[in-house]
Amino acid sequence: MVNRSEIIIEAKDLAYQYTGEEEASSPALSGVNISVHRGEYIALIGPNGSGKTTLLKLFNALLVPTNGEVRVEGISTFDEENILSIRRHCGMIFQNPDNQLVATTVEEDIAFGLENLTLPSAEIQKRVGQVSSVLGLQDLLQQAPHMLSGGEKQRVAIAGVLAMQPGCILMDEPTAMLDPAGRNDVLQTVQHLNSEQGLAVVHVTHFPEEAVMADRVVVLEDGRLVAQGSPKEILGNTSLLHGLGLQSTAAVELASLLRQDGFDLPEGIITNRELVNSICSLEQTD
Amino acid sequence: MSRSITLGQYYPGKSLIHRLNPRAKILSLVMVLILLFSLHTYEALLAQLAVALLLIWNTRVPFRYFLRGLRPILYIALFAIIIYFFFTSGGVVLLRIGFITVESHGVQQGIFIILRLITLVLFSLLLTLTTTPLALTHGIGYFLKPLRYVGLPTEEIAMIMAIALRFIPTLMEESQRLMRAQVSRGADFETGSIFRRAKSLVPLIVPLFVSAFRRADDLALAMEARGYQVGAVRTRMYEDTIMPLDWTVLLVVIAMVAVAWILGL
Repeated sequence: MVNRSEIIIEAKDLAYQYTGEEEASSPALSGVNISVHRGEYIALIGPNGSGKTTLLKLFNALLVPTNGEVRVEGISTFDEENILSIRRHCGMIFQNPDNQLVATTVEEDIAFGLENLTLPSAEIQKRVGQVSSVLGLQDLLQQAPHMLSGGEKQRVAIAGVLAMQPGCILMDEPTAMLDPAGRNDVLQTVQHLNSEQGLAVVHVTHFPEEAVMADRVVVLEDGRLVAQGSPKEILGNTSLLHGLGLQSTAAVELASLLRQDGFDLPEGIITNRELVNSICSLEQTD
Repeated sequence: MSRSITLGQYYPGKSLIHRLNPRAKILSLVMVLILLFSLHTYEALLAQLAVALLLIWNTRVPFRYFLRGLRPILYIALFAIIIYFFFTSGGVVLLRIGFITVESHGVQQGIFIILRLITLVLFSLLLTLTTTPLALTHGIGYFLKPLRYVGLPTEEIAMIMAIALRFIPTLMEESQRLMRAQVSRGADFETGSIFRRAKSLVPLIVPLFVSAFRRADDLALAMEARGYQVGAVRTRMYEDTIMPLDWTVLLVVIAMVAVAWILGL
């Protein structure tokens, strides 16, 4: 169904320097090489100010690199003629659910991107219908955005992006301002879209638990890509994460404490479930 | 707070007036208002009032919404009564208090003015109560379109108005949150002179402005990310086409105006 070897976003030797303020400020990104494959789920982690958001904005052509190049579906983000096409292929979800809904009703908001693509009315209505049934928003179509919960707002934002039929969705800490229920809601939606529709996801997150579900975890520090690998490799590497001032998942942290106390736990535990299972089997061998 | 603003208080419905194209409604309203101002006979005015009431009945919007909308003109009506009743001379003297007299011409004219005012507001409410603020915005935007030729970015102005409508409730919520935050730290918005109270609003307005600007920044980015480009052509999810019904209504209104003018009412 989805050709996972196909590259959607390719960044080569990427550098970005914010202009303005101080002259000697270090670049937000430098020497980053990364590619996003079709249907891939990438979690992007790193300390504050490490360049995660900047990287997403470069992918979406909200910023253009000061050095290097970003290609989305083969189109360079320097190519201003095709900027609309890049934004269609590569949708973006922001942190604050309130500040990204434009229209006064849910359905008009989902339609916003499609209206920018100058699709005919009938097509817009068709797509809004499809997307809202995929995301379970049918009953909210006539609602005003301020009447929705945070999780619902984020789902509307996702619907707005999804209606544009992108190959990749970029998410900048989409759950940071949500309550636990809203967070689960959004994460399940994204996982579903990733596994069922083959949508590539680049997910910037501060929650290590959210990185667990990724195919690949990428770590940024001071604008450089310092590590990448499977969630087990990266989240299991507590010395790397602690060196950056980051935490791993509760399960990893607890497992490493238990190992220090002499318990013989296997490597590669990153979820609570895995930890529980190995602790239970530990008791049996004792 | 928001309850007292009748303008932009859409009452959902499926009536004839609800279904009309906002452009047709706006145009009809303008014609009716001009007609109302040119009328000078009681019969014609009462006929117009009857039309307004008939249409109100047809919309199925509860009448109290209209009454609420009429409340602001109460003072204007009172003022008109005083001016016309006491300071217009002519006709039979109805009442004499000292040197002040109330004469029949004044009473007649005063009531006429008030009736005209009421009819006027009722017709305006017919538009605003049956049209969503967004549809109204698009309708007004349509009539602004010719101004594009003198360099006015009309599409963008319509977008700005629509976004303002979207964010009014959000900013209201925010101002209430800020108010509570300030009150919890001992701020007092209720007592003192007007000057004092106005001054106490400063710690409310400053953070509200700061956050509104931050929101605007975020929103601009989000809009751009979704392919919005200033000056670019956009399509609409619901194309508002002028239906035969709209033409019929417009023709009826034009006929009404023509009849009134021809008969010199």
